Amino acid sequence: MSHHPSETRHDVPCSFCGLLCDDLSVTTDHGRVRIDAGACPRATAGFDAANRALDAGATPRIKGQAATLEQAIAAAAEMLRGARAPLFGGNGTELPGMRGVMDLADATGGTVDHMNSYSMFRNFHVLQNSGWVVTSLSEVRNRADLLVCFGTDIASRLPRFYERCLWVDDTLFGLRAEDREVVMLGSPKDPSLATSPAGRKAEVLACANEDLAEVAQALRALVAGRPVAGDSVAGIATADLARLADRLKAAKYGVVAWVTSDLDFDHAELAVQSACDLVRELNAHTRCNGLPLGGTDGDYTAHQVCTWQTGFTVRTRLSASGPQHDPRAFDTDVVLANGAADALVWVSSFDPGKTPPSTSIPTVVIGHPAMQVECDVFIPVGVPGIDTAGHLFRTDSSVAVPMRKLRDVGLPSVAEVTAAIRAALQPARPAVTTSEARAC
Amino acid sequence: MLIKLTGGKVIDPAHNVDGVARDIYVRDGRIIDAPEPSTKVDQEFDLRGKLVMAGAIDLHTHIGGGKVNIARAMLPEDHRPDLCAPGDLERSGCGHAAPSTFTTGYRYAEMGYTAGFEPAMMPVNARQAHMEMGDTPIIDKGAYAMLGSDDLLLSLMKDGADQRVINDYVAWTITHSQAMGLKVVNPGGISAFKFNQRRLDLDEQAPHYGVTPRQILKTLAQALHDLGVPHPLHVHGCNLGVPGNVQTTLDSFAALDGLPAHFTHIQFHSYGTEGDRKFSSGAAHIAEMVNKHKNISVDVGQILFGQTVTASGDNMSQHRNAAHADPNKSVIMDIECDAGCGVVPFRYRDTNFVNALQWCIGLETFLLIDDPWRVYLTTDHPNGAPFTSYPHLIRLLMDRSFRNEQLARINTDAAGLSTLGALEREYSLYEIAIMTRAGPARTLGLRDRGHLGVGAAADITVYTEDADREKMFAKPDYVFKDGTLVAREGRIVEVVWGNTHVVKPEYDASIEKIIEPHFRRFRTQRMGNFKISNDEMCECGHGSKLHVHDCTHGRKQ
Repeated sequence: MSHHPSETRHDVPCSFCGLLCDDLSVTTDHGRVRIDAGACPRATAGFDAANRALDAGATPRIKGQAATLEQAIAAAAEMLRGARAPLFGGNGTELPGMRGVMDLADATGGTVDHMNSYSMFRNFHVLQNSGWVVTSLSEVRNRADLLVCFGTDIASRLPRFYERCLWVDDTLFGLRAEDREVVMLGSPKDPSLATSPAGRKAEVLACANEDLAEVAQALRALVAGRPVAGDSVAGIATADLARLADRLKAAKYGVVAWVTSDLDFDHAELAVQSACDLVRELNAHTRCNGLPLGGTDGDYTAHQVCTWQTGFTVRTRLSASGPQHDPRAFDTDVVLANGAADALVWVSSFDPGKTPPSTSIPTVVIGHPAMQVECDVFIPVGVPGIDTAGHLFRTDSSVAVPMRKLRDVGLPSVAEVTAAIRAALQPARPAVTTSEARAC
Repeated sequence: MLIKLTGGKVIDPAHNVDGVARDIYVRDGRIIDAPEPSTKVDQEFDLRGKLVMAGAIDLHTHIGGGKVNIARAMLPEDHRPDLCAPGDLERSGCGHAAPSTFTTGYRYAEMGYTAGFEPAMMPVNARQAHMEMGDTPIIDKGAYAMLGSDDLLLSLMKDGADQRVINDYVAWTITHSQAMGLKVVNPGGISAFKFNQRRLDLDEQAPHYGVTPRQILKTLAQALHDLGVPHPLHVHGCNLGVPGNVQTTLDSFAALDGLPAHFTHIQFHSYGTEGDRKFSSGAAHIAEMVNKHKNISVDVGQILFGQTVTASGDNMSQHRNAAHADPNKSVIMDIECDAGCGVVPFRYRDTNFVNALQWCIGLETFLLIDDPWRVYLTTDHPNGAPFTSYPHLIRLLMDRSFRNEQLARINTDAAGLSTLGALEREYSLYEIAIMTRAGPARTLGLRDRGHLGVGAAADITVYTEDADREKMFAKPDYVFKDGTLVAREGRIVEVVWGNTHVVKPEYDASIEKIIEPHFRRFRTQRMGNFKISNDEMCECGHGSKLHVHDCTHGRKQ
């Protein structure tokens, strides 16, 4: 383990939520990382876990016994050689790591999923059914005069959202923090997170999140000038909804934001769909945009890479006849429950708590160095944005952020490990994925 | 390794060579002079009776970046009939309207194309575009950065910034987004849409900023000229798809005051308002002006019938076009005070009056422009049709009887209004070689591509002549990429990683005193994290080489 003198870097991107804030100041001291500026609860937890890994001194293990990296890679390759239907799950990694996973899956006829698919598909179903009208973080920062939080407080998931995107006075068109209004629909965990710097509280129109589809549909009708029967919709006074509809129509740049992991109920895609329909209706009158938020554990990155490489997002099997995509059949839990996989490769490098689902099939974990897990082969890897460089996609999908390697504590990247496993497989064809760390 | 291509009939318009049988020697990826007779030839291809051209270059094809990936994600139903199995050399993927990156590279190469340029790279999304192109094998890539609705340019123009300041900003953007040129899309219009404006005409003031599309066009065209960027401003004009926009387009030509510019997918900007349906062809007017004004080049953006998907930076137009989406879905995005995008699936039908007339307008444009050096073959992939339809398009241009057979099948009202049936011109192989090779290379400043002279990169395509031009151009006998045989009779035989082409015009580094605060104050990304380094480019592209092209040639002092 190398020991560096203390060094402070600025404008460091943080990899621990979908905002990928890139304004952190971070000091690295003897392999320990400390956030001097730009910290939030998620970043702090991520950095703390990376520091814990230093104490844990994780090494590769084969069936619980310490092994060299080379031995562990050979064992992983051996397992994949014997597998007819491997499952590549988790996929908490950055872009070069995901490229490596895809290359392995393509070579082995594997199925690719992501640990957050259950949540992401609430958006993907809508994207594929109707599409949407959406915006991105800098537009929100400069233009949003009315923010509707749809079943979420946002900041429990993306802690610095308001600081970076809403409570800003210095904007392109003179909009100031106190000019902006926040309305929360549904059951946000902690509405106080959206209190303005001057103390103005977010207005909450409370209902069960399960009823949000109905509420959004009523709002849409009101925006379109159609009558809504009854005094209330899902417990919200119709008059309150009518006022909100008028405010959305009067807003110059309304934004309707949701976080799919907060819409955690069956067929939540219908709620997202209704929000998107509302936004479309509003665009007949004014500008209004959806803002799908989320993005942890490299989920948007896995989606992007899998989509451009195969045409389909995750939950895709790279079969011998070409990619097969099925949002249900290739759900990790379903594949395992059906006995449809005979080996599991679980990649999870951001969060030591994101361990593989329980299974009896042979399992390789390419994991966070502080991860506690029992499996056939464990290969600890660097934490993205701390130990390894590489890119991640932000929650608004347009911006790919270059993460930095802040320290070298001797941990390989997911890309290096997957490339080594790929090379150890008797290749059906030459590997095409190179490590992002490779010099050229 | 010395390769000899023996006795093929060479068509090389850059050197005025039209069908002359000669030998070509290749060493280390380059075309070389005939070596001493005693030199050992390692590999010889007997090309007697075959046609030899440089590898084809597509200068406008949406192959990488956010909107393309949105199109892929939206359209699983379009992929499923065209799945691609993994092969000994090939990764699996999918084809048709929005093919996977790997399939894009293979299929271009199989058709004899060796380079493709992504024309609408938002600077803020440039990394993604380069990563996707980095996963696109075999062909060379490059991209045009998009400016013209970004809040920084509009602010500078509003404040009356000196042209030299604009030039520095343009050069900085091209350099740090790793672009090959600059595109303007609906100048000012993408910004205007964010202010709830649904249309912005050439001389209309953009909201908040008060500048007009005409001023934006002129300013950016001037910048590229001053900076010496080889490819002039790549223009997607105002009012895309709107009947009557032919006048806007003609006015836009004039707005340049003689500065060079390339007008892209001109077909979508050549619509008149004559006739009962108030929709007519403006191709003759456009062609007349292009013929007259040597500062203008165009690519056509031909539509062909069938399912496709339209992906554009022009979210203002795409929001309007979403009403015609088929299947009925669309994505419209505002993006990062930089630009926007709109993705709308489309099905062009030959029975539909408007679509049929669009088809005629594109072909009229090809056939009425005299100088093939200034009109390039595109379908604006995938907006008019997928690039895999190029062989069909070539046949339409080269074979009048085939063209008229097709004309007889389309909507009769549209066919009746078009002059297409009366146009006798058939493109020659030499002219096709100009519009798909020598012409694009010249306008892009790719001095060692698009021709077969000594010193050129050995991007070479070999055809067997066939009266059925569609068949001939679909599956060339041999395709060489930088001297490596990559495809044979429409099959991939070797996978290489093509080069990435960029320009890095000079600028005064003090421009960052303006750009850095803009990022820090208004954006959600710091300037240092926006810039894409050369190392990143190599890492994104499987170690593909970065070719930096000269901007000093012709630079205005």
